[in-house]
Amino acid sequence: MQQTSPLTRAARALAPLAWIGPAIVLIGVVVVWPVIEMIRSSFLKINRSGVVQGSNGTGNYAKLFEEPDFPGVMARSVIWVVAVVAITILLSLALAQLFNQRFPGRRLARWAMIAPWAASVLMTAIIFKWMLDPEVGLINMVRHDLGLLDALGGADADQLGQAATAMPWLIAVAVFVSLPFTTYALLAGLSTIPAEVYEAAKTDGASRLRTYWSITLPLLRPALTVATLINVMNVFNNFPIIWVMTHGQPGYSTATSTIFMFILKRSDIGESAAMSVVNFGMVIVLVAIFLKVSKWKNEVS
Amino acid sequence: MTATETPPVAAASRAASAGPARRLPRTRTVVVAAAAYLIAFLFLFPYLVMILTALRPQAELREPAYLPTDFAWENFVNFWSGGLSGNLLITLQVAAGSTILVLLVALPAAYYTARHRFRGRTAFLILVLVTQMFQPTAMLVGIYREFSQLGLVDSIWSLILVNGGFNLAFAVWILNAYFSSIPRELEEAAFIDGTGRFGALFRITLPLAAPGVVTALIFTFIAAWNEFVVALTLTTSPEQQPLTVRLNSFIGQYQVDWQNLFAGSVIATVPVIILFALIERKVVSGLTAGSIK
Repeated sequence: MQQTSPLTRAARALAPLAWIGPAIVLIGVVVVWPVIEMIRSSFLKINRSGVVQGSNGTGNYAKLFEEPDFPGVMARSVIWVVAVVAITILLSLALAQLFNQRFPGRRLARWAMIAPWAASVLMTAIIFKWMLDPEVGLINMVRHDLGLLDALGGADADQLGQAATAMPWLIAVAVFVSLPFTTYALLAGLSTIPAEVYEAAKTDGASRLRTYWSITLPLLRPALTVATLINVMNVFNNFPIIWVMTHGQPGYSTATSTIFMFILKRSDIGESAAMSVVNFGMVIVLVAIFLKVSKWKNEVS
Repeated sequence: MTATETPPVAAASRAASAGPARRLPRTRTVVVAAAAYLIAFLFLFPYLVMILTALRPQAELREPAYLPTDFAWENFVNFWSGGLSGNLLITLQVAAGSTILVLLVALPAAYYTARHRFRGRTAFLILVLVTQMFQPTAMLVGIYREFSQLGLVDSIWSLILVNGGFNLAFAVWILNAYFSSIPRELEEAAFIDGTGRFGALFRITLPLAAPGVVTALIFTFIAAWNEFVVALTLTTSPEQQPLTVRLNSFIGQYQVDWQNLFAGSVIATVPVIILFALIERKVVSGLTAGSIK
């Protein structure tokens, strides 16, 4: 056996740091530090100009939980995530099936689908706000011409002005920007299903629907799980759509917890930090679920 | 994950050709194609509206008409002379800076974890995977407090750091997959031929991993280019804001100059859609970190 001095052994143990060290530092500065700072701030009394005025104990949390809008905001966040992700997954299943067929021009059609994915969500939200303009918005013009809207410029045309009609539009835009990634993830999942399985089903005389239900869907489960989780995370953290289209208004009636946190940041940073910590707690739970179901172990070894 | 082995699209077409739809009846193909084209058009539609609005003369903006009667190309000139070129430059600097940062940090980490087994490797890769799931929005208050204390508000460096940090995971995963798929023997053969350890790395391994490098590069560039929330939080003066934040600030105004706003949006959107098309096939595998397998 070769003899190694403690010094060379130490050098060998430290060698990886030269390669992965910069990545660890970057993650430390950009991810770990803000998390610590956020948790610390949630227990501090901070004035508007950002000066710390001593500890506030759990005062920020108490204030947050007593906000009259807090229960509504939390309930809306859950509805927002569940509705957007559920609709996205259902539509993506259909889209993946369609774009998995063979037809001329398929590459081009698939390419067109990536636009909402590549473009900034902010820009897409701005376009939809413009199309919903009460006076000259394209969507309202179509509604008017179809006889669904009495007059342009009225209260009925201002669909983003009231929660009952604004929420469905916000959800629709969120679904629109989530569809491309989800469909692509499901297409990748479909491509891993061996053709023999389908041939066997055909020989057995299984109907198309039956084949889809008992072969395609179960085999698609890993792709479906990962796509769902990534979507949940993206939609939960989505900020630009609601911010651009309604600012969470009227009142807080279209605000999710992310929007609420951002609005609080202007008046009370400590309370905003408390809202962030609550949000972050939910993100941690989601990450834990992701690590459990994703097959990172195969990847790492 | 072997990203080079099965591009999802090619595999998908193979599966489709051998799948249940082997002999498509002709009418069915027509129906399928028509439906797909219609959906593809719907996905592009808002961006076509954006381009048409960007070309609308200001006088026609408040008229409810489906199409402009005149095309006002000068809107793009107005965008440029209206002081927004400075914001476009900020966006470019942030996107390019983040891309370089990610490349410098992710390349060595991805290479080393693909080639060596060492103590702490698993912990490091889990750390990277966890950061991929995190998004800056969730820790915005912490980011704001940290960079205020560092005196980096209104600085492109804070935006470069944050964008670099949050896009690192994607780059590490996709590069790691590429490096792992390149046989070690190739590198060793070159090493024995006398090219040296680093010569082998630069002449053999990196060129073979080039598609992965390009994907990571473009992906980071687009993400940093499109970023909004962090920039909204960390920039206050209009001339230090990237294009996304500056364009958004127009909306709060009483009279929105939609045609100029959309001229800016076209400039902010069209290049990234084209860039994204180049890497579209590889992005899914990087984002799902090989969980689909």
